[in-house]
Amino acid sequence: MSDANSMNETMALPNLERQPFEPRSLKSIVLSTITIICAVVACVPLFSVLIMLIYRGGKRFSLEIFYALPPTAFETGGGFGNAIVGTLFMVGVAGLLSVPFGILAAIYLADLGPYSKVANIARFCAKTMTGLPSILAGVFAYAAVVLTMGTYSAWAGGIALSLLMIPTVMLTAEEAIKMVPPPMKEAAFGMGCTPTQAMLKVTLPVATPGIITGVVLAVARAAGETAPLLFTALFSDYWLQPNEPTASLAVLIYNYSGMPFENQIELAWVASLVLVVLVFILNLISRAIAQRSK
Amino acid sequence: MFMEEQQESKKTQPETTSAPPEIALDCQADQIFYTDFLAVRDSHVPIQKNKITGFIGPSGCGKSTVLKSINRMNDLIRGFRFEGKVHFLGQDIYADKVDPVSVRRNIGMVFQQPNPFSMSIYENVAFGLRLNRFKGDMDEKVENALRGAALWDEVKNKLKNNGLSLSGGQQQRLCIARAIATEPQVLLMDEPCSALDPIATRLIEETMIELKKKFTVAIVTHNMQQAQRVADETAFFAVEISKGGRTGYLVEMAPTMQLFDDPQEELTKEYLQGEFS
Repeated sequence: MSDANSMNETMALPNLERQPFEPRSLKSIVLSTITIICAVVACVPLFSVLIMLIYRGGKRFSLEIFYALPPTAFETGGGFGNAIVGTLFMVGVAGLLSVPFGILAAIYLADLGPYSKVANIARFCAKTMTGLPSILAGVFAYAAVVLTMGTYSAWAGGIALSLLMIPTVMLTAEEAIKMVPPPMKEAAFGMGCTPTQAMLKVTLPVATPGIITGVVLAVARAAGETAPLLFTALFSDYWLQPNEPTASLAVLIYNYSGMPFENQIELAWVASLVLVVLVFILNLISRAIAQRSK
Repeated sequence: MFMEEQQESKKTQPETTSAPPEIALDCQADQIFYTDFLAVRDSHVPIQKNKITGFIGPSGCGKSTVLKSINRMNDLIRGFRFEGKVHFLGQDIYADKVDPVSVRRNIGMVFQQPNPFSMSIYENVAFGLRLNRFKGDMDEKVENALRGAALWDEVKNKLKNNGLSLSGGQQQRLCIARAIATEPQVLLMDEPCSALDPIATRLIEETMIELKKKFTVAIVTHNMQQAQRVADETAFFAVEISKGGRTGYLVEMAPTMQLFDDPQEELTKEYLQGEFS
């Protein structure tokens, strides 16, 4: 490098070696590093919550919590089998209401009248609804169901949760249906399919994995909701009776974490762990479905 | 069985017509609009039975638009409007009472890009038969359709594989098999070889020539040599650039040999000599 001759050569030929301290590559390296750091930091809350839950709740984790009823104030032991059943039941009701509803609406939005006024309005409403504070869904279901029935119930809880699920199911299903390649739909029509046959036999089977992913994510979100259930299902210390106030994991955590009893606070930690594991499993299922379709 | 017939008749020379040709489908496209844009005007294309009718012309001349109008595929496009008549089986397929679905069941279509469904090869072919609630020997029908599309030997041992696992040329022949399995009267092909390599193209062309013994075929092609190789009748379309945009129209239509050897219109002559494309 010292003599002028080799200097000239480097001027003439483009240098292909890495030059990490050249300003442009330095900028690139720094920015790439920042993206990696951000991606890693994004995982920190989940892992710290998981570690905390395993540390605080893990020691109370036993089979008993799945079949026992909640303990009274100074009792030891006990569990929250009724809250698990209650959560599953209410999420199930919400799913049964919102999945068919959401998918049928999505078919209209994606396929039948994508540019119609109705579709535009419905799409706008659904997008707004995804941002709806969940407590408002509870207030709505309280006014519509609890006041009409005269009692808190699992049905009211399910309806409140379904209000939160419908927009998610509808919008993800719409996207999934739109992702089906148009040539496939053309082929179906070219074969003489009615619109119904084209949808049922060709479009929906291809869109199913995407739709299921959306449904599972909506279910996972609904399972962890507390606010809508406070107004609708309330809580119960007994096993599920759909027409009576019903226990759920989320409300149990809310109630017990504020109690002055060691036993209840421990149960709140275990319930949190169970809820997170439940959501985790649902996410794994949706991933598996998405993978299988490839 | 179907194949044997074809192999015998393959040796016979292309017959010269003396009796008036039988028209399978008569397309009279007076005006075709996309919203306000006039895409095609004054194109009368009679399609003869058991013949291959080729549609040629420069890009944007509306040949695909006319072809897709024949089985009402364009109904799927927003703003599409067809003015004119398409006589088929004694009816105008654009009449109000006609169901576009039943039109498409009788006029099959093969598209530019191979578009098999994401299901097994067997199910792809059986698809149309199942739509029509076919009760009978499904295996035989599927085999015949695959033989008709010259695909049987290549796929007979892997009928359960996904149709999308085949090569492009095989996929296109699968689409042909799927379209002919229901034995439509007319088969429309919209540039079926433009996404394929020359060897696959050759196979599809040979298949088409076999197919016309049983079906009536209309094919859009961008390739004049292809039209000469396969088409019995050729319709030449051109595009006219006017204030409203580009409007396609039929310039002339004649038996292929006649059109290429002795075009009546100056425009056809120029196009065939490669003066524009």
